[in-house]
Amino acid sequence: MTFIRGLRCRECAREYPAKALYVCEYCFGSLEVDYDYAAISRKLSRQLIESRPPNIWRYKELLPIDGEPSVGFHTGMTPFFKAHNLGRALGVKELYIKDDSVCHPTLSFKDRVVSVALSRAKELGFETVACASTGNLANSVSALSAKAGFKRTIFIPADLEAAKIIGSLVYAPRLMAVEGNYDEVNRLCAEIGTHYKWAFVNINIRPYYAEGSKTYGFEVAEQMGWKAPQHIVVPAASGSLLVKIWKGFKEFYKLGFLEEPTCRLYAAQAFGCHPIVTAIEEGSDIIKPVKPKTIAKSLAIGNPADGYYAADAIRETGGWGAAVTDEEIVDGIKLLAQTEGIFTETAGGVTVAAAKKLIEQKKIPRDESIVVCVTGQGLKTQEAVQDHVGKPIRIKPNLSSFQEHVKDN
Amino acid sequence: MAVTVRIPTPLQKLTGDKAEVNASGKNVQELLADLDRQFPGFKDRLCDPDGKLRRFVNIYINEEDIRFLKNEQTSVKDGDEISIIPAIAGGC
Ligand SMILES: Cc1ncc(COP(=O)(O)O)c(C=O)c1O
Ligand SMILES: [Zn+2]
Repeated sequence: MTFIRGLRCRECAREYPAKALYVCEYCFGSLEVDYDYAAISRKLSRQLIESRPPNIWRYKELLPIDGEPSVGFHTGMTPFFKAHNLGRALGVKELYIKDDSVCHPTLSFKDRVVSVALSRAKELGFETVACASTGNLANSVSALSAKAGFKRTIFIPADLEAAKIIGSLVYAPRLMAVEGNYDEVNRLCAEIGTHYKWAFVNINIRPYYAEGSKTYGFEVAEQMGWKAPQHIVVPAASGSLLVKIWKGFKEFYKLGFLEEPTCRLYAAQAFGCHPIVTAIEEGSDIIKPVKPKTIAKSLAIGNPADGYYAADAIRETGGWGAAVTDEEIVDGIKLLAQTEGIFTETAGGVTVAAAKKLIEQKKIPRDESIVVCVTGQGLKTQEAVQDHVGKPIRIKPNLSSFQEHVKDN
Repeated sequence: MAVTVRIPTPLQKLTGDKAEVNASGKNVQELLADLDRQFPGFKDRLCDPDGKLRRFVNIYINEEDIRFLKNEQTSVKDGDEISIIPAIAGGC
């Protein structure tokens, strides 16, 4: 049984069938999945959700598939906990971490969106899937499409981190390394997409794919005891995750699972690529594209598809944004590792550093609940920290050599 | 100036299903006017009622986003390749 009513343009509200479409023919606005909330409300309850296995499909009525999912049975319900040590280091009372650095199977929140995209692509009859990626999406599409039995072609910028390349190649996709930045890869894929009948997860399947990010917000709310935090700091590249976390909270409210959320959203971006934060800081209606230059390659989108909607959500909730330098990103990665024992990738370093900055600037108060979104795994971006973490102490295999180097006890 | 323009799927109904067409003009604005002459209604779809390019439309000249150049005033020369691409795509 399906709860999908169709697709609807976010700009002009024109309606479309729930096919592989992503852009309004009339105004080029973004198409969004429209659900039958009345029917969902009759079926779904907190108790029903709680009774289901700990993966993203526990919210399946709020995800855009007609039947049963085909992948992602171990994706989601990642750790959520009060981060006492990091909270103390940042001087705040109530800090939580939602930790997708251990999301199954490819260690980033992208497994959520891809599980939804591939399940939908299967329902729409596609045999080949594709994507334009800064790395994490490539890893996730490569892995999950191996499991789901698709042919796949993956496009990445040629200069990605080694682990993100190997972390795709091992699943044997056709991996195209494009000589250009992500925005160029993305433009190329939009053009390729008009010539091939492929399911590009973040292009023609994007309305479905993007909905998967809601599960990050659903889980935060469920794991907080069915409430939304007062503040949430979200890493932003295209801005989709941020927009969908907010949508997730609003849907839970609509269904009566939460009180009206008063959560403020904050975008975290790297200084070398912060078009969304710029729009917020300048109070501007336009998102000016930039040419990215940052170690946070996973967030290096200079021309963010959901930039407008992210800025709208931030303004609507009274949030803000922060951009952090490469040095602050590395410090953020180390701070999280050394306080909470979590090794996150550069995107997580951006988020921790942005949270720190927003707290110092008093944009986020010290005595309210704050969630920091950790969305990726540090082992994938070792290049970013390898010169900043010291070296092992090399010794001979005997006691005196050890004691020569270790004077304390 | 004669250039090739790549047409995105949502506009191909206007161009008789053609994914590539020719157009002429000395800058982007003139190209759009020419496309509108050839395919009536074209400009309405790309531009808002004030005639400004809609915010979800990106135009590239030889792979470069015109917002990094001179927007609609960017000049074009013979043989340039123009792409019109919906902005709503991508996400790492
Ligand atoms: C680890 C990580 N976090 C956050 C993001 C941002 O996602 P979005 O494009 O939804 O803003 C990405 C995108 O690649 C990512 O890889
Ligand atoms: Zn529309």
